[in-house]
Amino acid sequence: MLKTRIIPCLDVKDGRVVKGVNFVDLRDAGDPVEQARLYDKAGADELCFLDITASHENRGTLLDVVMRTAEHCFMPLTVGGGVSTLDDVRQLLSAGADKVAINTAAVQDPDFVSRAAEKFGVQCIVVAVDAKSSGPGTWEIFTHGGRRATGIDAVQYAEDMARRGAGEILLTSMDRDGTKQGFDLDLTRAIADAVPVPVIASGGVGTLDHLVDGVTKGHASAVLAASIFHFGKYSIGEAKAFMDKAGIPVRLN
Amino acid sequence: MLVTLIDYGSGNLHSAAKSFEKAARALPGGLDVRVTKDADLVAAADGIVLPGVGAFADCMAGLAAVPGMAQALEEAVIAKGRPFLGICVGMQLMAARGFEHGEHQGLGWIESEVRALEPRDPALKIPHMGWNTLDFTQRHPVLNGLDAGVHAYFVHSYHMVAARAQDVLATTDYGGSLSAVIGRDNMVGTQFHPEKSQKTGLKLITNFLEWRP
Repeated sequence: MLKTRIIPCLDVKDGRVVKGVNFVDLRDAGDPVEQARLYDKAGADELCFLDITASHENRGTLLDVVMRTAEHCFMPLTVGGGVSTLDDVRQLLSAGADKVAINTAAVQDPDFVSRAAEKFGVQCIVVAVDAKSSGPGTWEIFTHGGRRATGIDAVQYAEDMARRGAGEILLTSMDRDGTKQGFDLDLTRAIADAVPVPVIASGGVGTLDHLVDGVTKGHASAVLAASIFHFGKYSIGEAKAFMDKAGIPVRLN
Repeated sequence: MLVTLIDYGSGNLHSAAKSFEKAARALPGGLDVRVTKDADLVAAADGIVLPGVGAFADCMAGLAAVPGMAQALEEAVIAKGRPFLGICVGMQLMAARGFEHGEHQGLGWIESEVRALEPRDPALKIPHMGWNTLDFTQRHPVLNGLDAGVHAYFVHSYHMVAARAQDVLATTDYGGSLSAVIGRDNMVGTQFHPEKSQKTGLKLITNFLEWRP
């Protein structure tokens, strides 16, 4: 039976791990490769690196982090942040990423997702969707790390991205990110039910109940969290045991 | 001993190579793991790994585009009977035909076809992505030490349907039973990614490196 994935996410800036609270007020929390090894040992199902520097001058630093991680961690690794050309995708995949998350570039040029999926396969193209509530039951896409509104409807956008070859949607609620109030479950469910591809719920996890809700109420295929794991509030093992107890199939061995 | 991972422009060879190197380091006797586009090296190798991500036809075309590689593979795997491991699409290429974006010819080593996943429950997501359990249908040296119910990491939208039940070594369930490990003679293939499957994957890779069919 396919298991629900638990994915710790490391926000990386200039080769160091940080985690934003509403994308500002960064706290330094260490070396990404060290963190990745710990998560690998702890039984995380995948890892996610989001490069929030996203400036091309520092690309080499990120590629180095990815390469060193791939030397030690034999688990799936998704890397995102500033991916805007086929060459960016190729470089990350060659460095050892298994999947590449595309965010702003997919909004600016949806055809980029089609081209990337065609060239590298849908299995490695994740479209990162940052959405914010724009009224009852509607959400809008934001780009540039949540700073820029686009007027694009999030559900329609996610459907379009899946049609174009996104193998997975990484959905972040901008309203919830960093708040520890839990996923935006209505948003998560609206998108998970609309697209044929897996949806990773992200943004707002503060308790283990939130992880369970993301799956049972949000219909997510995977749950992503950063700070609850990162600052040692809960371990991956505790999260899995909790979800298992709640009746969600997770990988325990 | 030389084990080659064939580089034909398909995906993340770095992590695959690292996992084989790690497994090789733990084994006695100077095992050399090399990522290569050199057909001569493949023809002379003691073991061959064909990774693969992307679409069936693209991967076949990628193989064909490397000078001499198709012949080198035939020579090493079919004529000399060297151990061969296909991973994901690398496994699917052993099929006679693939039906991903049209009908395409495969290597034709295993009587089988590669077809789109059509889970019985239409709510199931495609790709089949994540950790799923393995059920072993036959014993095989490459699967030594792996217990029923171990997890492996899958990511695919197409699967290999073998004509002969005896070619299926392990299955997984995703809205129906799917081939997870295929094998015949000196050839094995995994639909999942051993290089991404942590301990289970490293065990399988180690077994493959030790396999003398």
